[in-house]
Parts: sequence; C-alpha cells; structure tokens
Amino acid sequence: MPASSGQTTIDLEARQLFCERDDRVLFDHLDLRVRNGDLLQLAGPNGAGKTTLLRLLSGLNRDFDGELLWHGEALYDDYSGYASLRLYQGHLAAVKKALTPLENLSWLVSQWSVAEDDLWQALDAVELGGYEETPCQQLSAGQQRRVALARLCVAPAPLWILDEPFTALDKYGVTWLEQQLQKKVESGGAVIITSHHALENIASLQQLELGSVRA
Amino acid sequence: MSLGLVGATIRRDLTLAARNPGEWLNPLMFFLMVAALFPLAVDPDPKFLSKIAGGVIWVAALLATLLSLDALYKADVEDGSLEQWLASGESLYAMSLGKALVHWCISGLPLTLMAPLLGLMLSLPADAYQALIFSLLVGTPVLSLLGAVGAALTAGVRSGGLLLSLLILPLYIPVLIFAASAVYHAGIGMDYKGQIGFLGALLALAACLTPFASAAALKLNLSR
Repeated sequence: MPASSGQTTIDLEARQLFCERDDRVLFDHLDLRVRNGDLLQLAGPNGAGKTTLLRLLSGLNRDFDGELLWHGEALYDDYSGYASLRLYQGHLAAVKKALTPLENLSWLVSQWSVAEDDLWQALDAVELGGYEETPCQQLSAGQQRRVALARLCVAPAPLWILDEPFTALDKYGVTWLEQQLQKKVESGGAVIITSHHALENIASLQQLELGSVRA
Repeated sequence: MSLGLVGATIRRDLTLAARNPGEWLNPLMFFLMVAALFPLAVDPDPKFLSKIAGGVIWVAALLATLLSLDALYKADVEDGSLEQWLASGESLYAMSLGKALVHWCISGLPLTLMAPLLGLMLSLPADAYQALIFSLLVGTPVLSLLGAVGAALTAGVRSGGLLLSLLILPLYIPVLIFAASAVYHAGIGMDYKGQIGFLGALLALAACLTPFASAAALKLNLSR
C-alpha cells in the first residue's frame, strides 16, 4: 500500500475567487481553505456552480479571477506536482465499456505506479470481485461507477476532489463510500465533495453553500 | 512517471481497437472499394489505369484517413477520459503524440500494407510499388498527425465530421501532391527521392509541431 497520506501536508487555498458563466455570476469574493483532515462539502441548488468550483480547485478550468494557492504558491506554477497529490473524479467515470474493470482501473491509476495485486484488492473492496475480467458493458451503471471509485482505495493521493460520487450507488456502495471518506479525513487526508447526500455523521464536515450570489 | 499514463493510454487504445475492429476496418473497406470501383466506372484499360493508379490510391488513402479521424478524441471527451488526462497533469504533448501514433497504427499502417493489393487491381507499373510503399510509409503518419489536430479541435462539437474535413483537407494537399508525384515518377522510371525527402521533412515538422496544437486544442475543449 502507498505511504500514509497523513505525511503529506495539504494546504489548498482560494482567495477572492470570482467566476461568471454566460453573464451570470456564480460566485464572488469566495475564500476557502482546505487542510489535512478537512471534509468540505459544496452545497447549493442545481446550476449554482458546484462543479465549476470543483474544476477550478482541481486546476482543470482556469477561466476565473482571484487566486488559487497550493502550499502558498500559485497552483499552476507546479501543476503536475499538485496533480499527483490530488485525485479528481468528475461526473464522467472515464470507464471504457469494451474493457474489463481491471483494465479500466489500471488505466485510471496509471499516473501513479500501483501494483497489480492492489488493483485486484481494490476491485474486491467495491464488490466487483468475480467481475474483474468481464467487459464493463455487461455491468450495471452502478457497477461501472464503482470501477472508477475503486481507485480511491489505491491511488496514493492525499486530496480527493469528488463530483457527485454517490450517483448510481446502492445502499452498500453508499455506506462503503461514507466509510472511505471518513477514513480519509481521519488519516489526515482531505476531501472536497459535491453531493446532495447528507454527510452529517462525519465529524469534520464543513459546508459551503453556493448559489446565494445572483446577478 | 511521464511514460506511465502515455504508455498505458497507447496500450489501452490498441486493446480497444482490437475489441472493436469495426471502427478501423470501415475506412479500410472504403479504401478497397474506391479502388475496386474505379476501373468499372472509368476505363478498365490497363494502360490508362497504370497512369492514374498512384493518384487514385493516394486519394483513397487520404479520404479513408479522414473517415477514421472523427472518432479519435470523441469517445475520450464523452466518457471523461480526456478530463482524467488533463487532471493527471501529465504532458499533453506526449499524450497527443501517443494518440496520433495509435491512429497511425490502426489507419496508416494497414493502408500501407493493403496498398500493393490495390496497385495490382489498378495495374500499377512494377517500378512504382517501392515508391508507393515508401510514400505511404512516410506520408500517412503526416496525415495522422495533422488530422489529430483537427480531431482535437472538433472533439467537443456535435457532428464535427464535416468541419474536421474542411479544416484538415487543405493541409493534406501538399502531402497528396508530393506523394502522388513520387509514385507517378517512379512509374515512368524517374527518380523520386526528392519527393520522398520532402515528405520526410513534412513528417519531421509535423511530429514536432502538431502535438503542441493538439494539446492546446484539447485544453480549450475542456476549459468550458
């Protein structure tokens, strides 16, 4: 297993973020800071800019005003350094239907070097044991989703940025994911998440309500 | 770990091509059909055919390449793979080069291997086979590299196939002119090293520069 995530310092800071889409202000003067042990849930109605903010924080979208700092320095100065420490999971699972869960997972974590044994264990952990070599088109939507989520078990990234990860998961999957989130923040990692799912049972939960600023 | 993701992507794309052979066999069938129909529609006289064979094969190869380009980045945009590349912070230059290489392996390389068969069907002069193979071997990678830029630009556009053709076809013209001329000159017993040399220069230029353009286009596509 990768080195414990508690050893890496997480310090992601946003200062005075301003972002608009189609002449509509999504957020203005937004400040936030995420450090080890934090779980930040972005809340707000549909279209409030949750996904946009997540993409800004992961460095995918650079169309905004304000400052994004990683360890006190501009995030883009060392983007690949930042990218290796944070895991971004968007709406789209990036799972190819013609490939097996094992092949998909191995591509999804190919940016880090992960042993193949760990991949098998990760698939087992998301209840895909026995399906490792079945093409994903024969799996259900929830199972395909789990293939992507399986990398939460193996990717050595201390910061997770997850966009609606509870989508299409069944009761077991939801409980599993809640446990993973809890374990992550307890072990000193950090999570930024958008979800309409209630996460109250995790102690360090902070919520950020978007959508209060309207043009 | 720069090679990690790029290598994994090349392997994954080749696996995908092996599982869905339809995608890359279609353009090959098109290539074959054009060459088969030409003598029927125009003139089956071997003397006439041998004169135009090189040009016909090259035009068909070019159009077959265009056919296969549309899908290059589309699936990756739609299923989120592209987002994951960008999120990985790995060099998009290497990634674009890798994608173009995969495209050549499933389009340019089989076209090159099939071309002698088409030469036979169109009674290509015996002296011209070598030139045909060389010109395709050097020219089709240029088509893949240039086409990848167009595919990257139009990846986010619905039914961007026509747009892609309009963007890329003008850039293909120099390749077509020099390659067809190489085959023609070889057929009439003249030296064709100059044309192949020019194609080689184009390939070197395209291999260095087009991945920058592809990378920029892909970034543009994703920062919506």
